[in-house]
Amino acid sequence: MTVLTRVSRRRFLQLTGVAAGGLVLGAALPGRAALAGVLEQSSGAALNVFVSIREDGTVEIVAHRSEMGTGIRTSLPQIVADEMEADWQRVRVIQAQANPAYGSQNTDGSRSVRDFYPVMRQMGAAARTLLERAAADAWGVPAAQCAARNHSVVGPDGRTLGFGELAARAATLPMPEPSTLRMKPESDFRYVGHGLPIVDLQDMTVGKATYGIDVHLPEMLYASIERSPWLQGRIKALDADAARTVAGVSEIVELRAVEGPPGFNPIEGVAVLASNTWSALRGRGALQIDWTRSEHSEHDSAAYLDELVARVEGGPGEVRRRRGDVEAALASAQQVVTATYRTPYLAHAPMEPPVATARFSDNGCEVWACTQTPQATRQAVADALGLDVDAVVVHVTLLGGGFGRKSKPDFAVEAARLAAHAGRPVQVVWSREDDIRHDYFHACSAQHFRGALDVGGRVTAWLAREASPPIGATFDTTVSMNSEGGLSQTFASVPFAVPNLQIESHPAPAHVRIGWLRSVYNIPYAFGVGCFVDELAHAARRDPIEFWLALIGDDRLLDFSGEGFSYSNYGRSLEDYPYDTARLAAVIRALADRIPWKTPLPAGQGWGFSVANSFLSNMAVASKVEVRDGRLRVLEMHGALDAGRIVNPDRVHAQMEGGMIFGLSLALNGEITFGGGEAQQSNFHDYPVARMLQVPPLIRTYILPSEAPPSGVGEPPTPPVAPSIANAVFAACGQRIRELPLGRHFNV
Amino acid sequence: MKLTVNGTLRELDCDPEMPLLWALRDLLQLRGTKYGCGKGLCGACTVHLDGKARRSCQVTVAEAGAAAVTTIEGLSADGTHPLQQAWREHNVPQCGYCQPGQLMAASALLTASPTASDDEIRSGMSGNLCRCGTYPRIHAAIKSAQGKVPLADQAGD
Ligand code: FES
Ligand code: FES
Repeated sequence: MTVLTRVSRRRFLQLTGVAAGGLVLGAALPGRAALAGVLEQSSGAALNVFVSIREDGTVEIVAHRSEMGTGIRTSLPQIVADEMEADWQRVRVIQAQANPAYGSQNTDGSRSVRDFYPVMRQMGAAARTLLERAAADAWGVPAAQCAARNHSVVGPDGRTLGFGELAARAATLPMPEPSTLRMKPESDFRYVGHGLPIVDLQDMTVGKATYGIDVHLPEMLYASIERSPWLQGRIKALDADAARTVAGVSEIVELRAVEGPPGFNPIEGVAVLASNTWSALRGRGALQIDWTRSEHSEHDSAAYLDELVARVEGGPGEVRRRRGDVEAALASAQQVVTATYRTPYLAHAPMEPPVATARFSDNGCEVWACTQTPQATRQAVADALGLDVDAVVVHVTLLGGGFGRKSKPDFAVEAARLAAHAGRPVQVVWSREDDIRHDYFHACSAQHFRGALDVGGRVTAWLAREASPPIGATFDTTVSMNSEGGLSQTFASVPFAVPNLQIESHPAPAHVRIGWLRSVYNIPYAFGVGCFVDELAHAARRDPIEFWLALIGDDRLLDFSGEGFSYSNYGRSLEDYPYDTARLAAVIRALADRIPWKTPLPAGQGWGFSVANSFLSNMAVASKVEVRDGRLRVLEMHGALDAGRIVNPDRVHAQMEGGMIFGLSLALNGEITFGGGEAQQSNFHDYPVARMLQVPPLIRTYILPSEAPPSGVGEPPTPPVAPSIANAVFAACGQRIRELPLGRHFNV
Repeated sequence: MKLTVNGTLRELDCDPEMPLLWALRDLLQLRGTKYGCGKGLCGACTVHLDGKARRSCQVTVAEAGAAAVTTIEGLSADGTHPLQQAWREHNVPQCGYCQPGQLMAASALLTASPTASDDEIRSGMSGNLCRCGTYPRIHAAIKSAQGKVPLADQAGD
């Protein structure tokens, strides 16, 4: 149930830092469950979004989510503008500061449009209703004879009053009851469903867009921090004499870690403050620090992964989902197929590394940050400085990429602590080396599968065991088993119509900060599942796409509750967002229809296919590769997506292109290793991300038309990519690669 | 130290060894040029020195002193360089962070080889990373701007 409330101009100013025009609206909705596995620190359950209209007719729409490249600063306001009949040319988008009045501002989990689409429509409809009533009052006619059209209200005989002229009067009217709001028929949408250019396009092409790293305050110092090379190391000895002599360096500060789990707390380190970034980096390079050892300072990722593999191959784990009798079915099978897959740690590497700026005064702390989580940032800064949360203001800049890294506000806490110490504004700049060595790493994994086939090539049993360090360990070090939310990302939620199925987990204690990265556990699990289905298809001598469709089986709504598994459904109810296998099958068929899947290819080339349901959307990918003389080239990638109703198709295509390239990048190159507790990669030379030369010249994206509620877009394109490429490699050259990245086996 | 940036002579008081990147950003407040790696690996910091693309993180202020430096702010007077227009027609940017570097690299590429083939564009642009994966659109935008880019770098001078 929505409650519409008017907010005062003062309140609007507090929330956005921008003085409001005449009419200010707000909406409150009960909070929504967070994506399982993602800790949310926002205290508020209410959600507020604000529209204001200036006397000159400018409609100001607040973007309360963070722009990291998805186009959300355009897509959400675009819904409001459409529903309220505003002229997009006269809309100004204002970035919200952190405030629980907006409900969750945590921009991850591919849920900005899916959670806020109805709210944005209500906001627009409420504004439109008030404007229509104001016009009716002005003319002394019934409101039913007044209709908003393109920034004006049109009355009887075609008379009109502009939104700007009506704003002051509209602001005095009582708020409409939500139940009385009349929504525009979707067939009348002018903006929703159209690819409006993003509001930041001009700024981004002339170098005027402001990211976290572009914030500059008078008297500001720049800080570079040398952090403990391994988790939970502490400063044992520090020699800063040489650093102090570097021109421009003003101060050296020891940043001690707080005890407890990593959480969003800064890693222990030594900060060098200087008058410019270069001096800070040089001074920091001159530090001599000895670090204490910790229980993680021997972490060796190769040995660790071997151990996880031994565990999943060695015996049964804890059963997480069970149907029928897998052991019996395996014992009586015509053919048993077995495979083990391993995937490495990954780093986010957004093009803009983490950067935050803070200013401390008697009134509290003000922070500017490229953050995906404004409210968690605010809370973390308040906690670190012992301030009331109201004494912390968080300004959200544009993000030069996020991918989940900037959901963790440790870097903003560093800036706040240093600003409080220095008594001057401080900007903390993470170098690329800092970013890669000290990331919240994406979990590595080991997965073991056994499949039983009957004489007809049908799957009669599916056994899957995994071990992967859980995100939960970052917040509670006693956690070592992946959560239901984690396993709900493909591994335990496989949509297969097989009579016997069992999903098991083994523990995998964390030795590094584990975090979520674009599409999260779907990355390793869709790789394991997507490759193993392909292996079964080949064992059964069936076409892989037809085999997938057979394995998914009849059209039905999935419900795992009878099998002991509590499926997260990405925080939404199965009533609102059913897991419908008909839609999954439809993306497979749509893609299969668009690629020459069965046309014979020259020797050394092959097609590979995979599909994944994630973030309530379905995405299928087919890749065509060539393997020749040890060199692997991806020649084509095609993706089909069903993400329900689409608000901005151009941005959805862009997310598909980008998400697929992200998947290609991790499939070919992505790997972080640890030795002696330290990440062994540090920059783009040893942690390569895809370059234009690696990207297939042909990438095609198809969006399935749908009137279902909007579902995730930013993450779903990534998971099926890696298995599609590995499967294509098998088709091309007969080599079955069961680990990532593929660059371990081929020249990529 | 002296630098000629976007047609204007600027004086700065700094270590001659300071990379041009940080001098532009921190001392001259020209923040369109971005930091991405500091090692010449990503191209986010690309500027023109006498019309040629250079990684500003790999050029010292002293080295840049003799050259005409052009940054994204000076690529065109009003944001209407044919590539900037093509970037907008193709809705290239996602997060946008790498795009100043991409535009500077692309403009130098087309100035040097106006008829660059698809493969030449791919290799010519491969020093510039885009973590968001806007490569297909960058490629398409460059193609559509071919023939429209002035032969001499028009920026700032
Ligand atoms: S910052 Fe200069 S090439 Fe990356
Ligand atoms: S647009 Fe984000 S890095 Fe290129």
